[in-house]
Amino acid sequence: MRVLMLGWEFPPFISGGLGTACYGLTKAMDQVGIKVTFVLPKMVDKKYTTHVRLLSPEMGSSDSDVAAPLGFNELKNVQFRTISSALRPYLTPETYQLRIEKALRQKRIAAGEASPDPIGGVDYSGDLYAEVHRYAAVAAELVKGEQFDIIHAHDWMTYPAAIVIAAMSQKPLVAHVHSTEFDRSGEHVNQTVYDIEREGMHRADKVVAVSHFTRNVIIGRYGVSGDKVEVVYNGVDRNGNGNGSLADSGIQKDEKVVLFLGRITMQKGPEYFLGAAKKVLEVMDDVKFVMAGTGDLMHRAVTMAAELGIGSKVLFTGFLQGEAVRDIYRMADLFVMPSVSEPFGIVPLEALDNDVPVIISKQSGVSEVLTHALKVDFWDVTEIANKIIAVLKYPPLQMTLRNYGNYEVRKLRWKDSAARCVEIYSDLMVPV
Amino acid sequence: MASVCFYFQVHQPFRLKHYTVFDKSRQYFDEGKNAAICRKVANKCYLPANRLLLRLIRKHKGRFKVAYSITGVLLEQLLSYAPEVMSTFDALAQTGCVEFLAETYYHSLSFLYSRNEFLEQVKKHAACIESFFGQRPRVFRNTELIYNNDLAKLVESADCFDGIITEGADRILCGRSPDFVYRPTGCSRLKLLLKNYSLSDDIAFRFSNRDWSQWPLTADKFAQWIHRVNGNGNVVNLFMDYETFGEHQWADTGIFDFISHLPDKILEHPDNDFKTPSEVIDTYEPVGVIDVPHLISWADTERDLSAWLGNPMQSNAIHELYRLENNIKKTNDEKIVSDWRKLQISDHFYYMCTKYFADGDVHKYFNPYDSPYDSYINFMNVLGSLQNRCAKSVKQDRSVSRTDLVGLAG
Repeated sequence: MRVLMLGWEFPPFISGGLGTACYGLTKAMDQVGIKVTFVLPKMVDKKYTTHVRLLSPEMGSSDSDVAAPLGFNELKNVQFRTISSALRPYLTPETYQLRIEKALRQKRIAAGEASPDPIGGVDYSGDLYAEVHRYAAVAAELVKGEQFDIIHAHDWMTYPAAIVIAAMSQKPLVAHVHSTEFDRSGEHVNQTVYDIEREGMHRADKVVAVSHFTRNVIIGRYGVSGDKVEVVYNGVDRNGNGNGSLADSGIQKDEKVVLFLGRITMQKGPEYFLGAAKKVLEVMDDVKFVMAGTGDLMHRAVTMAAELGIGSKVLFTGFLQGEAVRDIYRMADLFVMPSVSEPFGIVPLEALDNDVPVIISKQSGVSEVLTHALKVDFWDVTEIANKIIAVLKYPPLQMTLRNYGNYEVRKLRWKDSAARCVEIYSDLMVPV
Repeated sequence: MASVCFYFQVHQPFRLKHYTVFDKSRQYFDEGKNAAICRKVANKCYLPANRLLLRLIRKHKGRFKVAYSITGVLLEQLLSYAPEVMSTFDALAQTGCVEFLAETYYHSLSFLYSRNEFLEQVKKHAACIESFFGQRPRVFRNTELIYNNDLAKLVESADCFDGIITEGADRILCGRSPDFVYRPTGCSRLKLLLKNYSLSDDIAFRFSNRDWSQWPLTADKFAQWIHRVNGNGNVVNLFMDYETFGEHQWADTGIFDFISHLPDKILEHPDNDFKTPSEVIDTYEPVGVIDVPHLISWADTERDLSAWLGNPMQSNAIHELYRLENNIKKTNDEKIVSDWRKLQISDHFYYMCTKYFADGDVHKYFNPYDSPYDSYINFMNVLGSLQNRCAKSVKQDRSVSRTDLVGLAG
């Protein structure tokens, strides 16, 4: 079985759940021997490149210099194809424009203003939608010679490409919905994006949702028939080994740390985190609130913390990766995810994997799978504060949540998600 | 000769309101919810079951007998929310065929943490039963049939009970039958009655289970099983939750029909009769000694204390609760003491159990919480509030006594 996967970032360039999910799923498939051709956007100088799979670092080729830090080494059955593009997850038309302008500025500086025209394959001329469609055309061309049995596309920006490839190859298409416009933009959905999402879901042979929460949105808001939509929960790979406690790391701290980790954007409810922080600080003093991440509401959050009078108690770390993430989990007493609309929410699973108890929004997909977590309505700032204070005040509560939660996530592994996807593929590949 | 001894446990807790750390109210209990549940259970279980048993007792003219243990906290709720149930219990008491047992007034685990408090609650309950039903209880049962040798010795030394009951768990019987009267280790006068869990659970749990090999259970079939005990035992102790009749087993399972035919079928055999626990004790001598060094109960398959004390939250909550005993009693404030005692109701800790959290089941019955963690947080917030009231009350007393002294000095 060979899968053509149209996806997103790979470590270490992960900006959020979408990249993490693609990586987790692909790695799990790789481990059971499924062959994957993985197409992803990257800013490179050629129109597209085809990295042949791993070369061991000892061989010292220049390709492996590129491959190794990208974590490609461990994946034996995955081939990568990159398409030169400025596309990234979570873009809006506005942020895409900003990205293009920044890239152009950098090019001008690098080229000393000598050549204002686009260099290499990246086309800076169109807006986001134009880029999505151009990407589709390039992808179709790129995979012409490829052999595959199934096309698996992750989130709306890949759907046009997936539709073209499916039409040309006559292979079945799986549209994987990691989030919808309703999650990202509330009720003020962008009509063009919605149309692309809807088209992708309707043209696909099967739609995979990351939770029942999202499946309901797909059925209710996009008019997709229920028997076409499957639920495959995301998973988490074991990072911590249950020994990640602060005491072991030798980090001394006298203050409690409550952690928010994720993009600081409307969907993630940062203002509810800060509102709860204010209420907690009315009752407890020796606690710090850490917002680890960045996003379009970052500055607003900093201002809000100051306006609430808790500026000295709220720390903004910016975007964290790798070891820094592990360190922040080691320092945290509690993790809070007050998401307004979270299709799944992988981060609480990572937190539990790293021995940090979690409070999660009931308006999330992950609340369907976790039992050993505290659950709240995202808007109920008083209740969020009530639960935060309880966890910080009562060690037996923190301990029980942590131990049972850590044990529970061991059952939520990517290999189960991958197995489920393979089942779906097999059903689609049965000759009619 | 084998006597059937029925005993029904009747209890509902005072459930807590949703109480955050920011709440300042002194009303901790959710009157609305408790009233609604009490009335619901009254309509589905207490009233139809009491009326049925009353009819059967009258029909069999003294040959059909049963026993109840009703907690003090339920009696309080019945008076407030469903007084018609009290009249039916009253009528049952008047028949002379119904015995009332003693237990802790607050359905608490106080025996494990404060012997004084335990004895006070038992005295209060016995007095309450005597005042409502004109009967002085002779037989004692601890909350959830929690029992060990120490309990038996304590109860015997209190010198007001002749019998005690507990679960006929395999590990204390060691191959012996629960269908006899026994003597607890270390006691010389007190007699021990053991629940026949197999036959009791056939009615209480398996009755409506279609996958059970013995489904459907008819009165005739059950009477045959009872009859088989003749020659192998003196008494069959059928101890169960009263809510079996109408709540755990809904009316449409046929449970009321089963009970209404059972006395007839059992009394068809001349070797079988019905006895109350006191009558069993007065009739039969102990055939051996039962040694229970470690605590047992009638809960879950483990029949131990893990339902209430199995995780750190539960044991922390209960320890914090009992640590307050002296301060609470020093306030001499009736409301504070009453609130503290209502917090001892074992259900609060039952709700914090994580044992079957993934499965749900019996622990979820009338459980007002979505998760055991929510119940712990709620309980501790209420306890915190009670603690503050206690501290304030002590402070007030101190300042009052200072001014008294000043008055004296001048």
